Amino acid sequence: MAKTDFDIPQLEEYTETPALEVGTMAHSKPFVAKVQFQEPLGYPGELPEDWQKQAIDAMGDLLGKYRSLQVYLDSCVKCGACTDKCHYYLGTKDPKNMPVGRQDLLRKVYRRYFTFAGKYFPALVGAKDLTKDVLDDWYSYFHQCSQCRRCSVFCPYGIDTAEISMAAREIMARIGVGQKYCNEIIGKVFKIGNNLGLPEAALADTLEGLEEDVEDETGVAVKYPLDQKGADILLVTPSADFFAEPHVDGLIGYGKVFHEAGVSWTLSSKASEAANFGMFIGSYENMRRISMRIREAALELGVKRIIFGECGHAWRVAYSFLNTLAGPFDFLDPKYPVPQHILEFTWEEIQKGTLNIDKSANDDMVLTYHDSCNVARASRMGTEPGGQFMIPRNVIKAVCNNFVDMAPETIHENTFCCGGGGGLLTDDLMELRVKGAKPRMEALSHVIEEHGVTNMAAMCAICKSQFTKVLPYYGMSMDMIVSVHQLVSNAIVLTGQHTDEDQVSTGDEQVAA
Amino acid sequence: MPIEVDGKSLETDEEGYLANINEWVPGVAGVMAKEDELELTDEHWDIINFLREYYEEYQIAPAVRVLTKAVGKKMGKDKGNSKYLYGLFPYGPGKQACRYAGLPKPTGCV
Repeated sequence: MAKTDFDIPQLEEYTETPALEVGTMAHSKPFVAKVQFQEPLGYPGELPEDWQKQAIDAMGDLLGKYRSLQVYLDSCVKCGACTDKCHYYLGTKDPKNMPVGRQDLLRKVYRRYFTFAGKYFPALVGAKDLTKDVLDDWYSYFHQCSQCRRCSVFCPYGIDTAEISMAAREIMARIGVGQKYCNEIIGKVFKIGNNLGLPEAALADTLEGLEEDVEDETGVAVKYPLDQKGADILLVTPSADFFAEPHVDGLIGYGKVFHEAGVSWTLSSKASEAANFGMFIGSYENMRRISMRIREAALELGVKRIIFGECGHAWRVAYSFLNTLAGPFDFLDPKYPVPQHILEFTWEEIQKGTLNIDKSANDDMVLTYHDSCNVARASRMGTEPGGQFMIPRNVIKAVCNNFVDMAPETIHENTFCCGGGGGLLTDDLMELRVKGAKPRMEALSHVIEEHGVTNMAAMCAICKSQFTKVLPYYGMSMDMIVSVHQLVSNAIVLTGQHTDEDQVSTGDEQVAA
Repeated sequence: MPIEVDGKSLETDEEGYLANINEWVPGVAGVMAKEDELELTDEHWDIINFLREYYEEYQIAPAVRVLTKAVGKKMGKDKGNSKYLYGLFPYGPGKQACRYAGLPKPTGCV
């Protein structure tokens, strides 16, 4: 773990609402994108002279496009229901991290320029001019929202702070104040095909390595095909699945499930990324461009189905927006939903009985499960309401003997963000990430103490990377976090797989020889 | 902020990565390690050299699994894991070791 120059919060038995401390996080802001990371996305490289006018025009444009934005800005009655719901507020005590405090940063400018009362009697309605100080506050605090939507679950009007944050980021990007982490990454997607900048040759080499590893371990030639024309299924997965741990153990699991299900599948070097950071920066245009790669890859490869791997916000974009962004998908097989989630696929195979499962393979662990915010609160799975909560748990319970849920106010639609979502998974925001993880860490510690939980499963690349990084700050081990399909992978007994006894007997023969 | 290596000033980005990978010389790793109060051993250099070789072939840092496998092959199976690498590079093998090796930072959900 790296050294820190900030205080790591003390975990409490239950998350308490802290007393306000004004401005504790006013210093927190991510690196601003330089011109080379702005231009490929269609944004200017620096603040223009008439930036106020351009920002207000941009706000007007977004208000015209998204009626919801205006409704959210108009309808808050300051009831206070949201105030203690944000993990960043709970972890930092900064009142501008209360959802209403964050919304008001944009709302006060909206009132000044777009409402009658704000134009003529600004002081009466809390309307403020857009000044450089206000812009600096926007940059800081709209990059302290992970767009997890937990607050919107509790808002009686359903005000979605995520959408307000997205709009604020889009306005800032349009006046040359974009965020380096997201915008550099989106540029790489356009240029190379994925967030990592992993070129085709490196991807092919990595997949070949996985095939060797799985065959060494099991004796079965499970394939991880790339750009295989005529395959039935295109798997679109986060590039972290090729690169990082425990993500890659999940990818190994997807391959084993497809192998045992007897379906043909392929990855694509063109759509070698499920993530769509266009959503984080609130840019419809960039979100659309990123999505189009998936359509193009599906057409070029001639697949019949599209399945998404374990990535939280990608599933939101896929489930909720893909058809409008990149549809119609009338060229796919209408027998299957477009798109599908790998967990839906695996759960179906488990129910059909195609997978030979040995649950005892996971007996060294007691599992809990972290609901990723974009899956929990912005999408669904399967055909039943709440499927996005139950299907991952059903799969885990089908492959593990020991499973315990965390406290009800911290799971399902009440889930706490990992602290690194929404385009904040960058080292320049480490203080925010550590503090924002506090409520989840408290819920996790509780089940560790009460139920002897050893590991937490997640199904989102950001959650997995964030927990790997922040768990050590709270005295827990980075390898506690596992992929859901890693558990599946452990428990699947492949057809023809050699067993431990086989290996022992092979050893004996060698000794005898 | 530029760093001074062997009497030359080399440009770095906000996060301390070399702006131009072609300017890398072994002294870069030494200077960066000194700032992190880390003493570079042969074990560190094995990793740095592997990263540079891999990058030369593929224009990207190796995946963690590719790296651990290569380390395991070369230095023994007990060392072919992330724990060993984090022991050497506490900020993470991908990020800290890549920086010392002059490679760009791996980006994305990693």
